[in-house]
Amino acid sequence: MTYLRPEFRHPESPRNALGYTRQYYEGALSTLCAGCGHDSVSGAIIQACFELAIEPHRVAKLSGIGCSSKTPTYFLGNSHGFNSVHGRMPSVATGANLANRDLIYLGISGDGDTASIGMGQFVHALRRNLNITYIVMNNGCYGLTKGQDSATADEGSKNKTGHINPFHSIDLCGMAIELGATFVARSFSGDKGQLIPLIKAALSHQGFALIDVLSPCVTFNNNPGSTKSYDYVREHLEVTASVDYITERAEITADYAGGEACVVTLHDGSHVVLRKPDPNWRPTDRIAAMKRLHEARQCGEILTGILYLEPAGRDLHAMLNTCQRPLNTLQEADLCPGNKVLEDINAENR
Amino acid sequence: MSNLVNDFVIRFANVNGTGSASANTLFAKSVFRMGVPVTPKNIFPSNIQGLPTWYEVRVSERGYLGRRAGIDLLVGVNPQSLAADVRSVRPGGYFVYDSSRPLDKSLLRDDIHYIGIPMILLCQKHFEVPRVQQLLKNMVYVGALTALLDVEMEVVKQLVIEQFKKKEKLIASNHLALDLGFHYAREHYDCPLPVRVERRNNVGDRIMMTGNTACALGAIYGGATVAAWYPITPSTSVVDAFEKYANRLRTDPITGEKKFAIVQAEDELAAIGVVIGAMWNGARAFTATSGPGLSLMNEFLGLAYFAEIPAVLIDVQRGGPSTGMPTRTQQSDILLAAYASHGDTKHPLLFPSTPTECFEMTASAFDLAERLQTPIIVMTDLDLGMNEHMTPPLRWDDQRRYDRGKVLDAEALENIQNWGRYLDVDGDGIPYRTIPGTHPTKGAFFTRGSSKDEYARYTEDGEAYRRNMDRLLKKWQTARELVPPPEFFQPQTRCSEAMLFFGTSTYSALEALDELRAIGIDLDGLRLRAFPFSQAVHDFIEQHERVYVVEQNRDAQMRSLLMIELGISPQKLIPILQYDGFPITAATIVSQIAKYHPAATELLGGNGHPHVLA
Repeated sequence: MTYLRPEFRHPESPRNALGYTRQYYEGALSTLCAGCGHDSVSGAIIQACFELAIEPHRVAKLSGIGCSSKTPTYFLGNSHGFNSVHGRMPSVATGANLANRDLIYLGISGDGDTASIGMGQFVHALRRNLNITYIVMNNGCYGLTKGQDSATADEGSKNKTGHINPFHSIDLCGMAIELGATFVARSFSGDKGQLIPLIKAALSHQGFALIDVLSPCVTFNNNPGSTKSYDYVREHLEVTASVDYITERAEITADYAGGEACVVTLHDGSHVVLRKPDPNWRPTDRIAAMKRLHEARQCGEILTGILYLEPAGRDLHAMLNTCQRPLNTLQEADLCPGNKVLEDINAENR
Repeated sequence: MSNLVNDFVIRFANVNGTGSASANTLFAKSVFRMGVPVTPKNIFPSNIQGLPTWYEVRVSERGYLGRRAGIDLLVGVNPQSLAADVRSVRPGGYFVYDSSRPLDKSLLRDDIHYIGIPMILLCQKHFEVPRVQQLLKNMVYVGALTALLDVEMEVVKQLVIEQFKKKEKLIASNHLALDLGFHYAREHYDCPLPVRVERRNNVGDRIMMTGNTACALGAIYGGATVAAWYPITPSTSVVDAFEKYANRLRTDPITGEKKFAIVQAEDELAAIGVVIGAMWNGARAFTATSGPGLSLMNEFLGLAYFAEIPAVLIDVQRGGPSTGMPTRTQQSDILLAAYASHGDTKHPLLFPSTPTECFEMTASAFDLAERLQTPIIVMTDLDLGMNEHMTPPLRWDDQRRYDRGKVLDAEALENIQNWGRYLDVDGDGIPYRTIPGTHPTKGAFFTRGSSKDEYARYTEDGEAYRRNMDRLLKKWQTARELVPPPEFFQPQTRCSEAMLFFGTSTYSALEALDELRAIGIDLDGLRLRAFPFSQAVHDFIEQHERVYVVEQNRDAQMRSLLMIELGISPQKLIPILQYDGFPITAATIVSQIAKYHPAATELLGGNGHPHVLA
C-alpha cells in the first residue's frame, strides 16, 4: 500500500500532445497490498492514456467487484467511474456504450469477476463485439476473501495454504478467440514494455479488445508451487511477437519494413507493429491463433503478446445500425412523434 | 335467460396454433364496432401448438369491462376439451359445435341448447387445400355467430378487408367462409337467439389495445432510446411493439439509421444492467419482464437504489411463485418489487389499470426515474398486458417537455462552488448528478454500490453511512407526493366502509361497488395508482372504519404494504382475494364483502350476483 505520494512534480515533466503531464492521468492513492501486480497495470493504463493524449473525461471506466475492480479509482481521476456489481460490468458497459458511442470505454475486471460469476456477461459482451477495452487482472485467486482458487487457477497449482487445485483452468484468451473476439492479447503486469503498447492498441481498436494480464497476488498466490507467482510467470513467458503501437500521425520507419515485422492497421488509422514473429504465424488467422495457444499450453509456456487481431470487425453499434449522434444527446424533437401520430395510431385501433 | 341483449359472455374453445385467435378477435372487434362495450380475454396454455386454448368475450352494454363468470354461449371446436366445455355452459345457455360428425351422446345435457354447424364439411365442399379448410373453419363459426347473435355482417366483412389489406386474395375466401356459416345458421336455426347484439353508441372514441402495446408506445413517447430485455411471457410483446413502432417512427428514412437500440440480453441480470448503464450515461432506457425476471434483477435494483441511478422497468405480472402459471394473471409481485434487493431498499411502483394508463405511466416513469434518480417499476399484469382492452384514446400534449431531473451540464459545473454527488442541496433528498464526458475537470466521480460520503468518496464511517441512508429516506418522502395520486370513487355522503383496489382489479371493483349498492352495501372507493402511498391514501383509510383491499394474490400483499408503510391496523384492512390465475370478477368481490354484511347476503344469488341483476 502506498501511503504517500510526493506533491512536488518536476516543472519540466514531459507533456503530451494535449499539453498534459502524466500526473493529469493519475487517480487516488492505491489501497492495494504493496507489490500488487494490479498497481503496475494501473500504472500502465496511466502511461498508455498519457501517451495516446486521451482527454480523460472522454473515458468511462467501469468495473465489477474485487481487488482488480477497485483499481479504476487509482487512475484517470477526471474520468467518470462505475464500480458496479460482481461480474456484471459487461452489461453496465453495454448500456453505457449504447447511450454514448463517442466515449472510450475501459472495463476492468478480475479472474473471479470474469471467469466465474461474470462468465455469462463476459462472453455475451464479447460476441456482441462491444467497443470496449476489457482488461482482466488475472491472479488466479480471490484476494478480497483471502486467497481461494479462482477458475483461472491452473490445474496442479498450489496456493498459499498448500492446497493443490484439482480443476482445469479456464483460458480466457482461448475462449475469447473461439467466441469471435476481435482483439485478444495476454500480458504480464511485470512487463510494462509489452503491456503499455498493448493497452494503447486495445484502446484504439474498434470492438471488444481483451487483455488478460497475469498480475500476481503478492499476499495469497505468490508462493512456490503457484503458477501465477512472479517467479513462475517470468520463467515461463513466451511471446508471440513484440508489440509496437504507432499512431496514425507517425510514419512507419524502415525498421519495420523487413520480413521480420507484421503491420496491422487499426480502424482509426493507427498501426500495430509485431516484430520477430514466428514466420508461420499471422495475428489475423483465428485458427492459427488457437493452434499456437494450444501448443504453448502443452509446452507449459505462458504465451503473451497479441494472440489474435481482426481490425475490420463490426461493433455493436454497427450491427444495430444506431445513428452517429450519441443516443444520450437526442431530444424531444428527435424522439417524441407527437400527438398527430398518436391520433393515427388510435384510429388504427378502433 | 330472458334479457341477454348486449349482456352476455361467449367463450371459444380452440386448439392453439390453429389460427383461431384472429377469427375470435374478429368477432370481438365486430361487437366493438357496433358501439357495444366488449372485453376479450385470451386464456391460453404455456405451449405453442396442440393444447386447449380459450377466448372469452364479455359483452356489456353498461360498460363493465371485468371478467364475468358463467358462459352463455360456447363455441366448442376442440375435441380434447369438449366434455369440460359442455359442462361449463350455464343452464339455458347455448353450445355451438362442429356437426360434421355427430356429437357423442355423453355430451348431451338437457338444460342447454345445441347448435350444430357442419363447419369442416362446409369447408371441404368449398375449399381444396386441407390447411385452408382448417383455417377457414374458424371463419365459418364466426359467420354462424353473425347470424345467431345478430351481428352486422357488413361490419364483420369490413374488418376482414382491413385485416387482409396487404393480402387481398385472402379476402374473398374469408368472406365466403363467413357466408357459409351465416346462411347455414339462418336456414337451420331460429335467428337471432335471445342472446344477441344490438347496435348502440356506448363506445365513444375509445380504442382497443393491449397494455403491452400501450407501454411500448409510452416508452417511445417518453423518449426511451435503449431497451434491454430477456424474452419472458407475458412481457415479450412490450419490446416487440417497441421495436415495431421504433422502426416506424425512429428510423431515418434515407440512411436507415436508428435513434434507438434494442439488446436482447443473455438474461434478466444483463437486461437491467444495460438499462442502468445507459441511464447512468444519460440515455433513457427500460426493460420489460415478469416475476422470474424481476427476481433475477434484485441485486442490480439495490445498486441503482443505493448509487441513485434512474431505471425504468415494466413488470407484466403472471402467476407465481417460481415458474408458477406463466400464462395466467396475478398481482403477486408487489412485495418483491416494493422492497427488491438486500439491505434497506424500496422502490416507487406505478399501477396502471387500463392501456391508456400503461401509456401515460410508462412515459411518466422516465420523468420520475430521472427526477428521483431511482428505479421506477410499472406494475402491470398479464390480463392488462396481453388482452385487448377498450380504453380511452392515447393523447400526448405536444407542449410537454421531458423532466430530466437534476443533471448538471458543463456550464452549471463551471459555476458551481461546492458540488457533491450525494449532497442534499435543496432539502428534498435529491442530489445533483453528472453525466460522463460533460466537463474536462469537474463533475467526475466514482459511482459505486458501496458506502460513500456526500462527495462520492468511499467511506466506512458509520455516521456518513447513516446520513446517506437518512437522505435516501428523505428522498422517499419527496417521492410520496411526486407519484400519481389515488383516484377516489365517493358518493356525496361519506360511507363508513370503503373498498381499495388497483390495477386490473379496478374493472371488477367498480362493478362490485354498483352491485353492492344494489343490495344495500354502500362503500367508498379508492384506486391506488402508486407506491409510496401519499398522505391522501393514509387519510382515506383513517376516515373509514373498515377497508376492503381487493387484490389478485394469495397473501394480500398490498394489504401488507399498507400496514407496513402507513402503520394501519391489520383488523381494519380486510383482504378480498382471487388468485386462481383468472382475472378477478365482480361476483368474487361481492360475495366476499357480503359475508361481512349478513343482512345483505340474503339478497345474493348462489353465483354471488345480486338477484336484482341476475
